[in-house]
Order: sequence, then structure tokens, then C-alpha cells
Amino acid sequence: MGRIHIDGVIKPVAKVRGGVKVSHHKNTAECEVKRMPTPKQVIISMQQHIGAPCVPTVKVGDHVCVGQVIGDSDKYVSAPIHASISGTVTAIGNIKMPNGNLAEGVTIESDGEMRLYEGITPPVVENRDDFIKAIRDSGLVGLGGAGFPTHVKLNVPADKKIDTLIVNAAECEPYITVDYRECIENSWDIYSGIRDIMEFLNIDNVIIAMEDNKPKAFEILEQIIQGDSNAEGKIKIMQLESRYPQGAEKVMVLSATGRKVPPGKLPADVGCIVINVASVAFIARYLKTGKPFVSRSLTVDGMAIANPQNLRVPVGTNIADIIEYCGGFKCDPVKIIAGGPMMGVSITDINHPLAKGNNALLVLSEKDAKVFKETDCIRCGKCASVCPMSLVPTKIVRDVKAKDADSLNKDGVMVCMECGSCAYTCPAKKPLVQYMRLGKSILKEAGAKK
Amino acid sequence: MTYDKNLVVSASPHDRTVKSVRSIMLDVIIALIPALIASVVFFGPRALIIEAVAVGSCVLAEYISRKIMKRSSTIGDLSAVITGLLLAFNLPVTIPIWMVVIGSIVAIVVVKQMFGGIGQNFVNPAIGGRIVLLASFPTAMSAWTKPMSWSMSNLSGVTSASPLASIHEMTADGGSVDVSLLDMLIGNRAGCIGETCAIALLIGGIYLVARKVIKPTIPLCYIGTVAVIMLIAGKGSLSFVAYELLGGGLMLGAIFMATDYTTSPITFKGKIIFAVGCGILTSLIRLFGNLPEGVSYSIIIMNILVPLIENITLPKPFGTKKEKKEADKV
Repeated sequence: MGRIHIDGVIKPVAKVRGGVKVSHHKNTAECEVKRMPTPKQVIISMQQHIGAPCVPTVKVGDHVCVGQVIGDSDKYVSAPIHASISGTVTAIGNIKMPNGNLAEGVTIESDGEMRLYEGITPPVVENRDDFIKAIRDSGLVGLGGAGFPTHVKLNVPADKKIDTLIVNAAECEPYITVDYRECIENSWDIYSGIRDIMEFLNIDNVIIAMEDNKPKAFEILEQIIQGDSNAEGKIKIMQLESRYPQGAEKVMVLSATGRKVPPGKLPADVGCIVINVASVAFIARYLKTGKPFVSRSLTVDGMAIANPQNLRVPVGTNIADIIEYCGGFKCDPVKIIAGGPMMGVSITDINHPLAKGNNALLVLSEKDAKVFKETDCIRCGKCASVCPMSLVPTKIVRDVKAKDADSLNKDGVMVCMECGSCAYTCPAKKPLVQYMRLGKSILKEAGAKK
Repeated sequence: MTYDKNLVVSASPHDRTVKSVRSIMLDVIIALIPALIASVVFFGPRALIIEAVAVGSCVLAEYISRKIMKRSSTIGDLSAVITGLLLAFNLPVTIPIWMVVIGSIVAIVVVKQMFGGIGQNFVNPAIGGRIVLLASFPTAMSAWTKPMSWSMSNLSGVTSASPLASIHEMTADGGSVDVSLLDMLIGNRAGCIGETCAIALLIGGIYLVARKVIKPTIPLCYIGTVAVIMLIAGKGSLSFVAYELLGGGLMLGAIFMATDYTTSPITFKGKIIFAVGCGILTSLIRLFGNLPEGVSYSIIIMNILVPLIENITLPKPFGTKKEKKEADKV
């Protein structure tokens, strides 16, 4: 891909250290997002993100419609959960999550009608508080993968002044193309979503950040911005080098503003909000229609899937149903990943419901699953040179083996965002991210003892 | 739809680079080939015999010692091949073969495997082996021969002085060196079999940098430091500097031995400190020591300091501010 030369496209203000050149595998970039036919059944987990799980507000036997609230919580870090299809609640009970934990799940058998809930009306939003409440009611969580409730992210305490909104369209994870498709297909939604956030949160500086391997998306968005005289100088598009992990929140804040988010702090602490591009587009649609978050786009790809494509799928759809709709397996799958290859979770069983944060489903064959044998560390230092957070993973591995909480703290294990660059580049194929997670839990345990 | 075969489940990331320890070691071996060819050109078939014996005994020593320790065999990673080649490159062509075997065993068994094998040794195995030989058999280890002087009846060739020794005499009493700078560059001079051809070693070094196996930091800082000190010591004589840089084992040491992953710092600043330290020590030994050569000793001394250098040069995690000033305020 060549560099993009479009007027108004800005360059990062600070150079980001480290990172790795991954193979993009953006095979589905030209696949329009298709709506998958309504599945016979969905199982909607009450734990869609980190934070408090929801409590079901329906009973077995209830009839529910699309967009009707079926789970909610009074905790702050949570978002309500809505029925993604219309039908009858047939079971409420524990289900296994892709990460192995148990969560409560609501099973809905489809009536085949996809009838919209009658109570759905566009929210009345006149000020900031209305806006934050509307976003909470919409059930929106970060669509880039982490799934953090969006209303929490946007509801920055008054003592923190936000001056920059960064719209994350980097999509630096290989394979995934749904954010790119969002930019192409729903560019006006993105634009009006940005205007909404600017208006209600009183932000005057917006940076849309994209990797330079998406020239078409640059062109479309730049045209829209240039067509609006009010947006002049306020909304800018930033072109990032195609280098993983440009889309990581702290990395993006550094590229866009030159500010470094201190350990344990959020972008809001340095005056920024980073929000995924699909989340922005959803906000615009919700404010217009009032239809809550019940379906999402995801990329289905990998060498073992018959028909790779981009799909719009109701939340809670069984992964097995998605695979079946995509023509099933082309050859024996070796690994199936919910999410991208760098940060996604490999699942044990194809019977898992789709969560709100899942942006990809990768069905990998023996060829692309890349299962390597681990060998001894040769201290080449490549892990340290690629770490965007300036950590020295091989040193942290030693701390973990020694269970040395003080050293782990000093060496900054908590700063690790588990982007996987170190493990990607390790010639000895060490599971470095796993060591980082172990290190974090050792540190947490030590903290609990004190 | 069901699928009843087991799926592979592992921690992220699920994509990995194709580079492996073995492929990196293979790159280093490829980078050593020009110097290997040069060694045979200048010192004859006996150089090849020494190299073969060193590689063979290193690999065998690694295989047997891992077997005795009941650990999985690691000869597949090819690191023992490199140790063998580097050790052989650091020996004179006249060395008795049994000494080569002893050097190899010391390098692999004592220096490498006894400390836990690949990645665990605290000094470079090839240098460790060479220094043991140098201390045990000083005469055999400094019996230099004229290059290209071998014949089928006398594989070892005709004895000669090392040009580095004569250049030091030159500075002392104004004598001249009988080897031209061009000969120094292409390797047509007395010395250890793998160290003489600077061109071949530089080609290898450029290959390693191009393949991203090493960064040029250590070789440049090491050679640069020696150049600066020798420029001062030689009172500005550029030819003196050139003889110093091309003489002895500096090129071989700076490009292939000081850059050994395991025994050099992984931090950027650490690499600079390490390489400058090597350069200072090499210069001091050459100028003031009673040894003609100091590359091996310099590298091994700096090897031992690596953990300390690394500790003081660890990068600050992202977003952390310097704590010193805050502590001062309190």
C-alpha cells in the first residue's frame, strides 16, 4: 500500500516506539457487511464486559421483542442488555464463557418475526447528562474488542478537562475489516456521531486515526469533513503507519497528542477520550432511532472457513451457527479465535455465544494457526525492542519465575497492555503474554496480602 | 452443528514470526562463511581441518553433556556450530588438533552447559575456550605463520610475527611494518585463521545487520572507541589507527563475539556502555599490557559486567516519570 496524499490528512505528532510489522490478512476488506438470517436461538450472557454483570429482568416463558431490556444492573460500570431477537425466553442459567469463566445466560428461542419492541423511541437528548444516560440505555460497549461500557468512558469527571476526542479506526489487528467497512458503508453515521459527541461533551478537537493501508476510507471521510464548513479545523484525519499496535489506546493518545498516559491512568487523565469508530456510528444511529445495541458486525475469516465474510449478527448468536452460515469448515480447524489473532481468545468449543465486544471470528487451519514448539530464551532482546510500553519482557519473565512482586512492580508489569508484540517477535516462541498475566496476578496477590 | 475434535487453546497472540532460534543461528553461520573461505585461502587445508574438528567436538560435547544431564538435546538449534566456528577462527593454524578438542570441550561443557545451556552462560563460550587454551598453552597459541606459505608437505606454513606485535614495535622504535594496509584488509597477514580477512568479516557483519540478527550498535561503538583512542595514542597517525583496527581479532571480536545475545546487554544504552568498555579495555591492553592482543580479554571482562550494565540501563516503563526528583523533594 502506498502512502496517502490527501489534503487535510495529518501526521502523528510523536513517534511511537517498538511495535511489529504483522501480516495484515485483510482478505475481507471488500466484503460488504451482510445481515445473517435470524438464528433459531440466541444465548445472551449477562457478563458482556469487565465490570459488574447484569441481572436478568425477564423470566422463563416471557415473550420478548428485539430491543427489550432483559438484563440490567445498578452498578456504575455496567450497561443494560437487550433481547437481540424476538421470541420466548426458554432458559436462564449458567453458561461457559470463551475465557472459561461461568456467567448467567438468557436463552431466547426465536419466533422468526424479529418484531421490534414497542417501547422503542428516539431518546430526548438536550444536555450532557441526557446524552450520557441515553448512551447507557443503549447498552453500548466499546466495539473495538475490550467492550468497556461507553457511557462510563464518556462520563469524565468534571475536574478532568477533555480537549481531544480520538476516533479509533486504526484496526491494526490482522484479518479484521469491520471498522474499515463501517468507514466505507456508514461514513455519514460516523460523521454525525462525532458531531453529537462534540456538541454534548463540548469538545472542539477531533482526530480520526487510521492506518495508511485504508486509502479508500481516508478519501470518503475526508470528503465529508471538507464538505462541512463548521467542521473546518476541528475534525482532522490522522494517518498512522501500518504497524501493530497503532490502535492501542495509549499508543494512539501519544501519536495524536504527544501525551503519555501514566501507569494506572486513563486517557481522560491527559485530556483525551479514545473511542472506536463503530461505537461512534452506533451513537448516531441510536440518537436517531432509539434502537439499542442488539447486533454487531464481525469479520469471519481464516483458512479453515469455507466462505470468509463480514456479517451483521445478533448478540448471543452461537458461534457454531455463524460457522455453519459461512459454509462450515473447509478443512479441519486447529484453532478458533474470538477476536483478532494478536489479542483474541482461543475457544475450546464452537458452542459459545457471541459477545458484544467480539469483532472477529477466526477459524484457523493447521497452516495459519502457527503452533510452534517453545525453546530456551537466548536473550536476543527483541521482546524489549518491540514493546511499545518500554518494558523488558525477558526481565519480567525472570521476576515471574522468582515470584518477586517488588521487582515485578518496579519493572512495570502493570503497564503491559498484552498487545502481544513481544510474543509475536520472540524467536524462542515463549508465551510472553501469559507470563505478563501471571506477573500481574502475582502482584495482585502480593498486594492483597499487604 | 458440532465439532468433536480437540481445538488448540493457547494464550494470545496467535500469530508468530517465522523466525526461530535455529533460523537466527543459521544466519550467523551464513555470515561466518566468507571468513571461513578466507581462512582456507590464506592458511590452507589445515585451517579447514581445525574448523571441522572444532565444530565436530562442540556439537558432540553438547550432545553428550545434555545426554548425561538427562536434558533434551539442543544441538538442533545450531548454536554449538557457531561456538565451534568462532573458537576455530581464534586459533593459529599450527595448533595441535588435540588442543582444539580441549578448547571445544571447555567452551561447550564448562562455559555453556554447566551454567544451563543456551542463553544461560555468562561469558561467550568460544572466548572462554580460547582463554583457557591461551593460559594453558601460551606458546602453541601464539605460533604465527606467514599466510599462503603452506604446502602439501608442510601444511602449517612458515613462522612469522604477528603484524600487531610489529606495529607496536614500530611505535616504540620507529621501525616499519612489512605488511601493507591492503594486505591487512584482505587478510594476507599472520594471525588466527578466522580473524585476518577484515573484508570477509565486514561482509558477514553487514549480512547480520541486513537480516536484523544484530544491531550495528555494538560493532560501531567498539571499533569507534578503539579508533578514537588509537588516534590519540598514535599522535594523529591514521595509518597507525588503520593497522590497529584491521589487526588482531578486533573485527572478528566486535562483529561476531561482542554481539553474542546472551553475553551482551539487551538495552540500547547498555549496548553502548558495553561496547565502549570493550573498546577502552582492548586499547589499554594493546597499548600498555604485555599481551600483543586484548580483544578476548576485553570482551570476557565486559561479559561479566553485563548484568550490572543492564540493571542501570533498564528503560522506564511508558508514562513513568523520573522518580529521583520527586524523592529529593520529599
